[in-house]
Amino acid sequence: MNMKKLEKYEEKCIECHACEDVCAKTYFKSEDRGKSRIVINEELDEKGQKINVCNQCGECMEVCPELALTRDKKGVVRLDKDKCVECLICVGFCPYLSMRVHKDLLEPFKCIACGLCAKECPTEAIEIVETV
Amino acid sequence: MMSVVIAKERVEEMKNNRKVLKALEYTPTKVNRGYTDKTLYINLTDNQVEFRDIPEMVKEKFIGGKGYGLWHLWNGIKDDTKWNDPENEIVISPGPIAGITQYPGAGKSLVVSISPITGTVIDSNVGGHFGPLMKFSGFDALEIQGKAEKDVVVFIDGNKGTISIEEAPVETIDSHILAEELTEMYADDEEDKRHISVVSSGQAAEHSYIGLLNFSFYDKRKKAQRLKQAGRGGIGTVFRDKKIKALIVKYKGVKGDSNHPADVEKIKQVGMKLHKEVHDFDDEQCQMRQVGTANLFETMSDYDLLPVNNFQYGSHKDAAATGGRAALKKVLQQNEPDGCWFGCSMSCAKSAVEYELQTGPYKGQKVVVDGPEYETIAGVGSNCGIFDIDYVLECNFYCDTYGVDTISFGTLTAFAMECYERGVIDKEVTGGLEMTFGNKDAAMELLHQMARGEGFGVVAGKGVRAMRELFVKEYGADENLLLDIGMESKGLEYSQYVSKESLAQQGGYALTNKGPQHDEAWLIFMDMVNNQIPTFDDKAEALHYFPMFRTWFGLQGLCKLPWNDVEPISNRDIEGPEAAKVPEHVQNYVDLYNAVTGNNIDKQEMILQSERVYNFQKVFNIRLGVVGIEGDRAPYRSVGPVTKEEYLSREDRYDKQMKEKIGVDPEGKSVEEKMAITREFRESQFAQLRDTVYKRRGWTVEGIPTLEHLQNIGMDLPEVMEVVKPYLSK
Repeated sequence: MNMKKLEKYEEKCIECHACEDVCAKTYFKSEDRGKSRIVINEELDEKGQKINVCNQCGECMEVCPELALTRDKKGVVRLDKDKCVECLICVGFCPYLSMRVHKDLLEPFKCIACGLCAKECPTEAIEIVETV
Repeated sequence: MMSVVIAKERVEEMKNNRKVLKALEYTPTKVNRGYTDKTLYINLTDNQVEFRDIPEMVKEKFIGGKGYGLWHLWNGIKDDTKWNDPENEIVISPGPIAGITQYPGAGKSLVVSISPITGTVIDSNVGGHFGPLMKFSGFDALEIQGKAEKDVVVFIDGNKGTISIEEAPVETIDSHILAEELTEMYADDEEDKRHISVVSSGQAAEHSYIGLLNFSFYDKRKKAQRLKQAGRGGIGTVFRDKKIKALIVKYKGVKGDSNHPADVEKIKQVGMKLHKEVHDFDDEQCQMRQVGTANLFETMSDYDLLPVNNFQYGSHKDAAATGGRAALKKVLQQNEPDGCWFGCSMSCAKSAVEYELQTGPYKGQKVVVDGPEYETIAGVGSNCGIFDIDYVLECNFYCDTYGVDTISFGTLTAFAMECYERGVIDKEVTGGLEMTFGNKDAAMELLHQMARGEGFGVVAGKGVRAMRELFVKEYGADENLLLDIGMESKGLEYSQYVSKESLAQQGGYALTNKGPQHDEAWLIFMDMVNNQIPTFDDKAEALHYFPMFRTWFGLQGLCKLPWNDVEPISNRDIEGPEAAKVPEHVQNYVDLYNAVTGNNIDKQEMILQSERVYNFQKVFNIRLGVVGIEGDRAPYRSVGPVTKEEYLSREDRYDKQMKEKIGVDPEGKSVEEKMAITREFRESQFAQLRDTVYKRRGWTVEGIPTLEHLQNIGMDLPEVMEVVKPYLSK
């Protein structure tokens, strides 16, 4: 199975938040880092993560009642907003807390491994990896 | 996975035989803060369709769901209306919170009618998509009155804004086929099927008093309509008596704000919090996601609470092997979303797939079996002395598709079996059925007879009370014995818990509005296992608070299960009866209500909302003739050991209680003497409990709500006061 995902190297992260900025700007035309699909925690979250980003494990697909989450050809898990009923089960069930929500939005959102953040990262703390 | 495929020719045949009796267009009212403030009224006698406004007073006092059902029914009927009179109604209402997609268990419909089996008002809480889709189509309640001349369906299209009543002569009656036929007929394509929900019943509902309604939801993975049941009290029987084959709603466009709440962000936050609790704790707590409510089966047997052989005993050596969690996981499909409305991460619906039927008209077909719930596996299984998971699936499937309540079917079959074994009835009465405990073939045949309208199935299908009366009148049965072992109160069959060792639960069953159903109060663990409510006052407080709290789910269109079938971390630090309330989750519900409606209630106001409706329902019972302590009669089987065998099976326990609780030394006394002493004590305890509970609830010793109480809670409507006044002046 093809797999494309954002790999993280937390020890390299300097918490500059450049990844968050480019993500929020790209997908929501927003300066609000809360709308980024990648999250840099200055204090580790309950899973012990400094960098919180989807690893495309696909557990969210299994709990979606509407089959709105599917894996594309490259192995990236994507949300079909038309099918999504905004129940947020995927948010509560993500083992890495990587399905995101924002008060301006009813539907959740997640990293789709586009790699724009990796290009911005000054320390190579994140990179796109693809396996076939 | 699709098990029932409907051919194009079949759809054409159905369409060609339809006759439109009424068709009209309307502009669906948009939902605002959980309400449309509209009722859809349909009279099937003259095909009258009306859109009625719901007055502000009704909204304030009756809230929605069951409250709306009771209010509409009260106004639609006369004091002497019987279940099969045309003016009896079926009212379906989801409630204001129903339809949010972010919190588990928030898509319920409440169905209210006059019950054929109790003769008084019944309410039933059911999942499936019908209620929320109906609300999004513009209606807080659907009120159906009158009787059609020939079989009809009612179709509501909430996007197009159309309603039609059509004669539907060729459609199948049994639900597992009918729901698929109608889905195939009304959906544009496979993708469109998810927008359709069907309400239907089945053949056995026509010949019994225990008919149910199936509410469907389309399962996209299985490509099948799944069925959830409004099981209790025979509403399916009323449905078929009105010659309704099905109600269908179609609505596309459900989103997180379809209920147009005042504060959607709050709902999101509370919902995500609960999803995470279910994710983190369900595997170590109830395993609802893996085995559903049936997780209880093994536990109940461990605590001597599982009904075995018509509630005689409380455990069985084969319970774990045939219905324990491990055994269930082998037959129930794992790891698929199983919520009966969107956002239910508790996901307890559960199903067995590719089950090959062994009996009956669909023998050999491979089907999806919804369930079995705990109530079903205990009711049709252990309580009938049957420990066989395949039988439970078979019986569960046929009960659902025939439109029969598994709880009543289980309890009445167990009663017939005990009567048979005690020689009250014989093969001549049963038409050859050997109704011994454990005889699964006889039990299945009984169900098939009910569907065909034949033989002993028709007799049994009238329920425990009717059987008792018949056996006494026609076959000279000992009435006192049958009163003791016939597990009904108000005519409704008991649900499946042995309450002998929990006085509070005896009250939780008998001191109820609709009859012995555990949805009012389930206090066994608090009372018997944890001993948290030792005094009469403690028990009475629990029998006030919990029925009121649980009534609230029915006003809002909510499911009870996510309240306490997963517990948050905060509950670990709470001790005593407060822990059973799960305070954090109660606050969730207060927050959800406020977030949907924009109101600002607290936990006290929440109970008051329920208290109004609960007392209204109590007065409704009085209006229909269920009055006084006789109306709350508990059969002695629910209170203590009726027979010698029962006493002897737990002799050490009963002897110890006699010594410690009653203060009588059992030494040297015969079993009969000990049984009599135990009975006298237990019945006096029950009477004392009843008096204490009535008082706590603001009722007289005869169970009549006082005028002062009705005024205090704001349920002092003139028509309500009129009903109770004659009883208070006596």
